Amino acid sequence: MNRHVSREILDDHGDCSTTQLATTRGPVALDAKSHASVEPRRIDPAHAQGDVLRTTGLFKSFRKGPVEVPVLRGVDMSVRRGELLAIIGQSGSGKSTLLHLLGTLDAPDEGEVHFEGRRIDNLSSAQRDLLRNRRFGMIFQFYHLLPELNVLENVLTPLMITESVLGYLLRRRHHRRRATELLELLGLDHRLTHKPRELSGGEMQRTAIARALVTNPDLLLADEPTGNLDHETGREILEVLRALNREQNLTIVMVTHDQSIADQADRVVRLVDGQVQNA
Amino acid sequence: MYKFLICWRYLRTRYIALVSIVSVMLGVATMIVVNSVMSGFVSEMHNRLHGILSDVVLESRNYNGFSDPQEKMDKIREVAGDQVEAMTATVVVPALLTFRAGGESHHRPIQLVGVDAATQGEVSAFCKYLQHPENRKHPSFELRHGGYDTLDHQAGSDAKPREQMAIAGWEYRRRWADWAKAETVRRDLEEQRQPRTGSADNLPADPFAAVRAEEPEVVFDPAKDQYDGVVLGMALAVGYRDEQGLDHFMLMPGDDIRLTTATAGEPPKFQTKTFTVVDLYESKMSEYDSQLVFVPIDKLQQMRGMIDPTTGVGMVNQIQIKLKPGADGVEVRNRLQKAFASTHFIVSTWQDKQGPLLSAVYMEIAILNILLFFIIAVAGFGILAIFLMIVVEKTRDIGILKSLGASRAGIMGIFLGYGLSLGIVGSGVGMVLGLAFVHNINEIADWLGELTGKPLFDPSIYYFYKIPTIVNPWTIAWIVLGALGIAVLSSILPALRAALLHPVEALRYE
Ligand SMILES: Nc1ncnc2c1ncn2[C@@H]1O[C@H](COP(=O)(O)OP(=O)(O)OP(=O)(O)O)[C@@H](O)[C@H]1O
Ligand SMILES: [Mg+2]
Repeated sequence: MNRHVSREILDDHGDCSTTQLATTRGPVALDAKSHASVEPRRIDPAHAQGDVLRTTGLFKSFRKGPVEVPVLRGVDMSVRRGELLAIIGQSGSGKSTLLHLLGTLDAPDEGEVHFEGRRIDNLSSAQRDLLRNRRFGMIFQFYHLLPELNVLENVLTPLMITESVLGYLLRRRHHRRRATELLELLGLDHRLTHKPRELSGGEMQRTAIARALVTNPDLLLADEPTGNLDHETGREILEVLRALNREQNLTIVMVTHDQSIADQADRVVRLVDGQVQNA
Repeated sequence: MYKFLICWRYLRTRYIALVSIVSVMLGVATMIVVNSVMSGFVSEMHNRLHGILSDVVLESRNYNGFSDPQEKMDKIREVAGDQVEAMTATVVVPALLTFRAGGESHHRPIQLVGVDAATQGEVSAFCKYLQHPENRKHPSFELRHGGYDTLDHQAGSDAKPREQMAIAGWEYRRRWADWAKAETVRRDLEEQRQPRTGSADNLPADPFAAVRAEEPEVVFDPAKDQYDGVVLGMALAVGYRDEQGLDHFMLMPGDDIRLTTATAGEPPKFQTKTFTVVDLYESKMSEYDSQLVFVPIDKLQQMRGMIDPTTGVGMVNQIQIKLKPGADGVEVRNRLQKAFASTHFIVSTWQDKQGPLLSAVYMEIAILNILLFFIIAVAGFGILAIFLMIVVEKTRDIGILKSLGASRAGIMGIFLGYGLSLGIVGSGVGMVLGLAFVHNINEIADWLGELTGKPLFDPSIYYFYKIPTIVNPWTIAWIVLGALGIAVLSSILPALRAALLHPVEALRYE
């Protein structure tokens, strides 16, 4: 609907239209044989320090009956372009809450969130929808696939949201190819028409990753992506994220409470008492 | 795009929602059936009323009528000649019908209509309702030899036969006359043998004696001669209609009856005259079939002393006017109202005359529609409840879609589209059901009648043998649109609820 409101934010991304989705870094990036074809990531000189995301003084509290429970108490952190950042903390420390604020799913009580140098926490809901759809990818502990749709349709959902009906129908073959390629890379090409309930946890999470990547986002927000998987499968998923980060220079913010997983990250921050400490 | 995909998947996987639209479906079907049957009845009534009444009637305010009908007709032509097709003058007065049947004397108050057999057929469907095929072509007040319909010509092939009518006509009259003659002889013999002691237990004197005395003819032989002809309304002739729909006649063409009416002028005097039934009139509007009795206009004028002895011109109290096709009855009425002094004349269209009846039926239809629409509205609440349930069930999916960047309008669209598709399915199936029902309504009525052992559509109550139906595409369009509207309206609230869900709350929902 509101395709122009967030032009300034979307402009940095260059032409956001989906025709270009497959041509920048894309499915090929995971493919070792085609490394050469990966375009180098454009670095915007405006934020040469490389901060994709920066928060200042984030406060968030929830009302539990009559009492206000503060969860975040002045979170200042930044995410650098191309890094894999892990946020760790005890259960209930507010990791998910912080990730939701980063992903504009929720608004902070106080403080600001900046994405590529521009404030995003006070945008209108239409602009935030657009931002989530085109610039962010999100994955969750419980995969959050749509049970009525099969694997391929789940992966295509963000593109269907991006496109108008006519636009989607016109570029349908293109989109399907993009989604199938992604799923192939994630090793799910034999599961395209399966419903989520017919998949294993690891397969569901890989489908969710494919869905998060299908619009070619700048930032991947992952909330305990391995939290619901056995150790081995969790490691596999982490491998995938690691590869995406390394080979495509994809910025990833990953929430976890598993130290061994956090150890794989470029940088780890710890959420304690509603504030961020470097770990 | 995702809206359509998800909508479609919900439609295919959530059968409970399909249950919620069963009531929409039934509501739509019922409304279609009721409206078709009602408009069938109305149009049947329209046709019949219109067939009985001419388009426009000019009548005098009193029963004495007005002289020189030809002059009035000329004036009508002058005023509205461009719209008038035909005219006929009639005399309409209240009268009493007396006849003997089954050894008893019967009396009926009736409306006696003096008509010109030649021109009456031009202004109304008078001829169409007669029982002799020849009379339907050329109405006449002469008794026919036979050949009266034994099958109702208006009812179609499955009409119940009227076997009594097979002998109606001269044959029937002759048998009666022979029997009466034999009876007289027998009674005379008895009287001779047993001189009467009192007159109390005797039948009244020969009812025709008075009439016969007036008429100077030499001998009146009922087996060969007839009185002036009269056409009786069917319901006056039929004693009763039994449960099988068979008619039992008390009077048939060939019988004699007597009519009593008051003369025109001051003071009125009662005049009684004998007539011979020559045909029966069946418009299937019981109000008319049980009231109208037609005699030749000149005979009625004579009887009531309405003929000017010097000029020989009779007075009439009505001029019936048939308009050209497409003419505007109301306009003609208004023109005539200006031309004729309203102190003496009433001008009315046939709708004016039957206004209260028609508007009562229209009101009935309106009320039925309102009531039935409530059924669909109730169904709307069913949709609302089930949709709210589905929204709750789908809370997390809504959160997921929002996290993927779906807009509020998009989420709303899913549920509005879902409501609309359910509405389309419901009213579509309802429409098909309703139309199929209407199409086979008589078979269904028969079948139900057999099943319950009691005819559902009792032809002794309605003078139709079949349930008339008319399917009006516009009515159906409105019903279907209304049902769709209700389905969409009742999904607005759940859709809004879904759209306004907080994405995080929705994602956290378990
Ligand atoms: N919508 C809400 N309403 C009320 N309280 C909330 C809400 N969301 C989060 N909280 C509370 O805020 C605190 C932080 O929750 P959050 O989900 O961010 O923790 P977490 O660090 O992600 O925990 P876990 O590791 O178990 O996922 C918890 O105490 C939780 O109960
Ligand atoms: Mg959490």
